[in-house]
Amino acid sequence: MGKVGIIGVGQSNFVRQYPGSIRELAFEGFKDAMKHANITTGNIDASMICSAPEYDKQRSPAGIFAEYLGLNPQPTFYVESLCSSSSMGLRLAYSLVKSGLHDVVAIIGFQKMSEISSSESQERMGRGADIQWESPFGTMMPAYYAMYARAHMDAYGTTLEDLARVRVKAATYGQMNEKAVYRKPVTAEMFSDTENRMSGPVATPLRVGDCCANADGSSCIIVANEEKARAFCSKPVWILGLGAATTSVNLAGRDLFTGLTVGKQAADQAYQMAGITQKNIDVAEVHDCFTIAELMAYENLGFAKPGEGKELIRGKETYKEGTIPVNVDGGLLSKGHPIGATGGSQIRTIVLQLRDEAGEIQVRRPEIGLVHNIGGVGLYGSVTILGR
Amino acid sequence: MAMKKETDDRFKKFGTVSFTAITKTNDFIGHLENGKVMGTRCRDCGLEFFPPRADCFHCFSSHMEWFEVSGTGKLITYSQLEFGPVGFEDDLPYAIAILDYEDFKVFGRIAGDIPEDEITLGMEMETKVTRLPNNQLSYVFQKV
Ligand SMILES: [Zn+2]
Repeated sequence: MGKVGIIGVGQSNFVRQYPGSIRELAFEGFKDAMKHANITTGNIDASMICSAPEYDKQRSPAGIFAEYLGLNPQPTFYVESLCSSSSMGLRLAYSLVKSGLHDVVAIIGFQKMSEISSSESQERMGRGADIQWESPFGTMMPAYYAMYARAHMDAYGTTLEDLARVRVKAATYGQMNEKAVYRKPVTAEMFSDTENRMSGPVATPLRVGDCCANADGSSCIIVANEEKARAFCSKPVWILGLGAATTSVNLAGRDLFTGLTVGKQAADQAYQMAGITQKNIDVAEVHDCFTIAELMAYENLGFAKPGEGKELIRGKETYKEGTIPVNVDGGLLSKGHPIGATGGSQIRTIVLQLRDEAGEIQVRRPEIGLVHNIGGVGLYGSVTILGR
Repeated sequence: MAMKKETDDRFKKFGTVSFTAITKTNDFIGHLENGKVMGTRCRDCGLEFFPPRADCFHCFSSHMEWFEVSGTGKLITYSQLEFGPVGFEDDLPYAIAILDYEDFKVFGRIAGDIPEDEITLGMEMETKVTRLPNNQLSYVFQKV
């Protein structure tokens, strides 16, 4: 059986408040990817529309998008796994192509978070938790990740300064990313200055600077079977490995609070499928919705032993010049996190890296890249390994 | 003439804001009314569940009995929130936490009268029923 290749990637600018409707937002990412792939809508056999639910007035956005993007009468599917929706969309598109059912599939991720107020948004994010047994206590995403941060700090001596280092790195590259929502520099001093917004408490021990911003945005990845990928594209990027896992929504059903089991399980599956180890990864995108999440990702992906993620960031090993560059596009922390679009944006960055098209943030000749995308609070895990 | 059957929607009484009204575990609320926090145990395979479940995923039995969450659990981790979702503003600040009872864990809140500097991971705490200012029922973790 042939390989499955990525022949085009695109994304909209990630912005605080998109001045248009969701179909218009989706059009931006789709158009960017179609131009990148240099194909026409007639070449697309099916579409996967990916987002987190309850942000839109529009029910069943897939149908609206298929029409607006010129993808009628081809079938369309809606994929939902919170923040990992578009990575899971890629996984499902891979299976559609691999099965021979479709030759070319577009995966369109989007989220217009500004459709609702920030507090309503937090309420919905909280309801990504167990609404029967957790949400009545007033849960929110930052507080859940804060619980992981506290457990990690207590077990391993990870410090608030280490968390700040992750944000400083993100901002270093966010400034270079013209599609990022947050393009200002961030320094460690901002976190120690009690007057500075970055140091403001959100959910102890996490501060404002430890959290990514909500954003509006869309992304698009176009995959094709090997024959079409070679016909349409001079430098297709191949999907080498895929991994996915789930765990208990309710934290009471979990045993590990210093890492995300779904990240580790998805990584192990993806490495095995690709026939490689973490040593072969030249560049990675990880799900840094909060600073602690990036440190846990280093460990769950095997870039560092459990508890030693802090050493990587202290040694700047995950900077562009380091041994394993991570999130050199600014990550979620700087790009912003339009939930359903995030996975596609991460995949886009790695594809551009593997095509030597990443510009200022280009890592030197990467052969293999990895995307780690998490949905909910370590609820859904997806790891994708790509190669040139 | 048959009496009109009333809907058992007791679960809407759980927590500051409940997002569930009808569940087969509605008796949980009845037990809270009686001052008890209870989980369920599968009568067929003995597996214990907290939060309580109506169905056992291990042996597919739906024969459950209630057991009381008693004794102490170890504080695994917590976070104190400075911002809350819609409907929880009046509770701020408050801390959510997890206690480990070994056979199961309990997710909930730390009692509001415990200052954050008196909270340390690993400390033993108890799970106690509390009635909230809005007359809803919940439980909190208290120092032993
Ligand atoms: Zn059973």
